Amino acid sequence: MIYEPSFVAVAIFAAFVAITLGISFYLGSRAKSAEGYFAAHGQIPWFVNGVAFAGDYLSAASFLGICGMIASYGYDGFLYSIGFLAGWVVALFVIAEPMKRLGKFTFADALDARFQSRGIKLAAGISTLAVSVFYLIPQMVGAGVLVTPLLGFPHWVGVVLVGVTVIVIVVTAGMVSTTWVQFLKGSLLVVFSLVLTVMILSRGFEVRKGGIDGYEFQRLVLPDRAALGGGDEPVVGLPGQTIVPPTGAWKDTEFVRLKDADTGVVTVWSQRELGSGVIELVEAQSVDELADGSVLVNGEPKGTEKGEPELHPVGFVSSLPDGKEKTGPLGLLSFFSTLQNSEVVLWENKTITEEDGTKTTVYFQKPTPGSRVLRPGEHPRFRGIRSDQFRDKLNFLSLMLALFCGTASLPHILIRYYTVKDGASARKSTIVGIGTIGFFYVLTLYMGLGAMTSGSMDITQNNMAAPLLARSMNEWLFAAISAIAFTTVLGTVSGLILASAGAVTHDLVTNVLGISLTDHEKVRVAKISSVVVGTIAIVLGILFEEMNVGYLVGWAFSVAASANLPALVMILFWKGTTRQGVVAAITVGMTSSLAWILLSGDTFAKVYGLPAEMGIVPFSQPGLVTIPLGFVTLIVVSLLTRD
Amino acid sequence: MRARQNKIGMTLFGVYLLLYVGFVFLNAFAAETMEATPLPGVNLAILYGFGLIVMAFVLALVYGFLCRDTGEAEVGEETKDDL
Repeated sequence: MIYEPSFVAVAIFAAFVAITLGISFYLGSRAKSAEGYFAAHGQIPWFVNGVAFAGDYLSAASFLGICGMIASYGYDGFLYSIGFLAGWVVALFVIAEPMKRLGKFTFADALDARFQSRGIKLAAGISTLAVSVFYLIPQMVGAGVLVTPLLGFPHWVGVVLVGVTVIVIVVTAGMVSTTWVQFLKGSLLVVFSLVLTVMILSRGFEVRKGGIDGYEFQRLVLPDRAALGGGDEPVVGLPGQTIVPPTGAWKDTEFVRLKDADTGVVTVWSQRELGSGVIELVEAQSVDELADGSVLVNGEPKGTEKGEPELHPVGFVSSLPDGKEKTGPLGLLSFFSTLQNSEVVLWENKTITEEDGTKTTVYFQKPTPGSRVLRPGEHPRFRGIRSDQFRDKLNFLSLMLALFCGTASLPHILIRYYTVKDGASARKSTIVGIGTIGFFYVLTLYMGLGAMTSGSMDITQNNMAAPLLARSMNEWLFAAISAIAFTTVLGTVSGLILASAGAVTHDLVTNVLGISLTDHEKVRVAKISSVVVGTIAIVLGILFEEMNVGYLVGWAFSVAASANLPALVMILFWKGTTRQGVVAAITVGMTSSLAWILLSGDTFAKVYGLPAEMGIVPFSQPGLVTIPLGFVTLIVVSLLTRD
Repeated sequence: MRARQNKIGMTLFGVYLLLYVGFVFLNAFAAETMEATPLPGVNLAILYGFGLIVMAFVLALVYGFLCRDTGEAEVGEETKDDL
């Protein structure tokens, strides 16, 4: 799709970011000590901290990734919502208060409270860095994704913009201002999502034949194969269109290419047997990358400005219950029951490479009954749950386990427990956090399905679903939602960078290297490490442009849960835990989960560009193996090293 | 005080764990049950999913209520109520 910046959108966006930065600078000028920089003096009111939890947690992945996944595949994206929220139950009931009682600034402090061991500080510091950097990548990619349609910039500009802004926020302010920024953003995100949901419900569903650009995709039923014509004989019902003989890689595909006799433009259609020789032709969309580097869209040279050839926006309902054309406003439940009995057009794609080097990506329609859209197991990653093989189900089980255990092990969530004054406040802010986050996750299902049927989806990628849905409502809402999503990225990234800076300064420099720093020097070291981590994040954000935003987050959760959770839980609840046990558990959990990910079929296919079958491990999500492995390591090593 | 609180936390955690494991196992080993529609037109997948989210909040409130007297600041001056 071609994205053009709009003045209103840019103005609102700029105002948002300026206000956010203004607040940071103002509050930052009030925090001077190390205690203030890292932990906001332990004086953040619990309610504010609770909403700030939501701000930290509802990252670009939650907002963009989940909505996008629901918009393209239906219910499956919502599984992430459920898992992400369930993790908070672990945080509240098991981790929150003991953590608060043990620690001072960082997660390593809490782990080390009993042992005063440099080994633990080193292991915990490194795992904090590893998890934070892993979690930073999707956030930075999300930033680039947002900036493209909003400001018309290329991806890398967005990444650099976010990186620099965040570094400025973190360097000037620290935890006080990130907390308030998170509070602001968390509230706005929930409020605007609610507005969007209300608008989706009051708009209802409408039967359409194409997206909001007004283009209608054609469908044609032919009595038999002869009606396709051949040679100079046109296709019956499509005057001037003759069939292109299927040669080379096009042979034996479900696609038919038609050529317009006047313009010579070639379009791609998908064909489907309806039984007894009757076939249906459905118009598809195509992108041809020719050997000379030029690109054709639906058979015509790709345009650069609005009005020139581009892929049409998609996402529409093709039939409603009782043959209705339009539903009018719907209720919270009738939204689902209507969709359940409708048919939605989803899109799949296939790439065909010809001998002369031409690479054609065909995007073709897949009309899907609403009852399938609303059930789990349609996404390729979750399809395993419908298999008879036990092994195919392991990937799903592993992911759900990692999501459940991951939240309570994320360093940037854990440090937020130190920004309130006592255990009671930690508890109360977690409850507020759960309420806010849970409410938002309920809305994701409405927003995702609303986006699916909004006629404004970008067929090539789904990360933009939520902002594009807003644009189909109106330009102002689009600007507001994009700005909030952008500040979401800003907020999450600053929290992560701060957690990394804390780990470097406090755990690695002060405690491991044994360099004693004055408060003032500590803050300076933290600021320098923020700049370094921020720069690394910018580089990775540019490198990983092609990756799905929601994808990496599941892995970041797996690494966090494998490395941190066993140590955290056992220190809090098992007296037999030894220093060596903790160090071993963190090291084994972190390295095994990272290694598993790097050797998985998903990584082979999406990162290295090799066939997925070459992956060495049996399924892609590590959690099911590496989390128990961390626990076992801790127990065995502790028993061996007992006094 | 603390022991009682831990016990409450663990009990509530156990309740939620059962609900979550139930959801995950139904999805993994009996995916068709999720397509049943207990409410007209609204399937179990949606109801159970929403239920898990609502239950997390309800249990959190129960926990907050039962533990309302513990965990105030133990050192330094106590500033009652922070908002």
